[in-house]
Amino acid sequence: MSPGHPTDSSVSAAAPRETFVLNVGPQHPATHGVLRLKLTMDGEYVLHAEPVIGYAHRMHEKMGENRTYVQFLPNPSRIDYLSAMHYMHAYVCVVERALGIEVPPRAEYIRVITSELNRIASHLVWFGAFLLDLGAFTPLLYAFDDREKILDLLEAVTGSRLTYCYYRFGGLCNDVDEQFIEGTRAFVKHMRGRLGMYHKLVTENLILRKRLEGIGVISAELCRKYGATGPVLRGSGVPCDVRKLEPYSVYPEFEFDVPHFAEGDCMARYKVRMEEIAQSLRIIEQAIAKLPPGPVMAEKVPRVIKPPPGDYYFAVEAARGRFAIRLVSDGTEVPYRLKLRTPSFSNLALFGEAARGLLMQDALALLGSLDLVIPDVDR
Amino acid sequence: MAEQQAKWLSCAEGGAGSEPGSLVRFARLEQLLDWGRANSLWPLTLGLACCAIEMMAAGAARFDLARFGAEVFRPSPRQADVMIVAGTVNWKMAGPIKTLYDQMLEPKWVIAFGNCAISGGPFVFPGQYAVVEGVDKLFPVDVHVPGCPPRPEALIEGILELEQKITGTRRWPRVKTA
Ligand code: SF4
Repeated sequence: MSPGHPTDSSVSAAAPRETFVLNVGPQHPATHGVLRLKLTMDGEYVLHAEPVIGYAHRMHEKMGENRTYVQFLPNPSRIDYLSAMHYMHAYVCVVERALGIEVPPRAEYIRVITSELNRIASHLVWFGAFLLDLGAFTPLLYAFDDREKILDLLEAVTGSRLTYCYYRFGGLCNDVDEQFIEGTRAFVKHMRGRLGMYHKLVTENLILRKRLEGIGVISAELCRKYGATGPVLRGSGVPCDVRKLEPYSVYPEFEFDVPHFAEGDCMARYKVRMEEIAQSLRIIEQAIAKLPPGPVMAEKVPRVIKPPPGDYYFAVEAARGRFAIRLVSDGTEVPYRLKLRTPSFSNLALFGEAARGLLMQDALALLGSLDLVIPDVDR
Repeated sequence: MAEQQAKWLSCAEGGAGSEPGSLVRFARLEQLLDWGRANSLWPLTLGLACCAIEMMAAGAARFDLARFGAEVFRPSPRQADVMIVAGTVNWKMAGPIKTLYDQMLEPKWVIAFGNCAISGGPFVFPGQYAVVEGVDKLFPVDVHVPGCPPRPEALIEGILELEQKITGTRRWPRVKTA
């Protein structure tokens, strides 16, 4: 060592605290799509996180003002493609509310069954992708295997695997058959067993617990501040579910719990979603048992949809939280305004504050536990 | 049986027009390289929108893209051979995606997966301001896979099509529709 060269310990004592900016995305495997994060880092710790959005903006709201009500039908399922059924549900229901259409009970029951199947499929994708972020590859293969079973059922009645356009104003485009009912029954049984396996293999895994417990704590107050909903809010101990608080469709007729855990960490959000799969299975089982016969389409649906002038609103519980549509009609064939309130946007908004002070890899675990769909953020 | 084995071998060696029969084969270096490339097409992890989920499904258990050597999704463009543009590209994303394409090493290929990547898909209307109407406006595209979203089988077909483009022979006979 040359004379006058500082020793190691004197370097660390005298060194200024330097920070640097780390750019994550827009193409990055941990951001699930095209989200970009600007992280100001102090070594391994996140000092400041700023999400940059807009890389998947697709003009859904503008398109709403440009096309007729029927022409907009394919759009909702492409806003959040993982919970397409729920988005379709909100859209057809807001128009039905505006037109005052009564939907036959059979159609509503089938809407509930398909919606809940879709919720399970969505949570399975999250389950696989989240664990992939944490470094476990195998669960993804199991989750997608189960998801394919749901997609087979839904494809048989809706005709598509992902972007379902199954609901119509006043009902459904076609009825379900005996095969679907049987298949769904078999799936519920199958999924219960698989859920047990997931808990044994994954939930009780020590490595997973070490990576999730106590990490990325979000308080209920923070959720309120940013308007976070869905599993994120329920993971902070607030039993808030649109299906219970503002019941729509035939949900009041079913018994189910709203899982919530007070810890507010990544593990709590994990447990909420896993528990929700079990609750969805419960709803599906009851809905199949009670499924009434009858038509699946209301009788008096006008050919040209022209809702009377006014301001209409409808909210549903999508897989990621509260999705709401506000429709302003001026009495013409085209909506005057179609405002979409998407859950991922609010859930992402709290990331900047919640990630402060976390280790880099914990911040990414937090991001994964929020279950974001980027086109849903950007609309 | 033996006949079929011979056929597979001649397929595997990529020797177009070579006589089937023995394991040892002479080929031009170019042909050997093409054969290697076609059997290990590493795609870039580039999920943009809805179509990306079908791309993930193609890589997962049921459709198992690994059978065709194309399951190794690489997050870094420097390690990838083929860019599967799965989803909508808007003008804000156009810059980064062009950079990604430029960062990929030659030889490189592009699959436009889904209507959005091909032409802007359902988001094209007079006066639209956000969506790039087809990624071929940004860089050359080798294979177009239509659908909204296309099925995972369609992606497999796209990969086979790309293999054929590289080697000149098709790995699997084309399924004839009635
Ligand atoms: S082609 Fe259809 S499914 Fe694919 S990204 Fe575009 S809208 Fe989504």
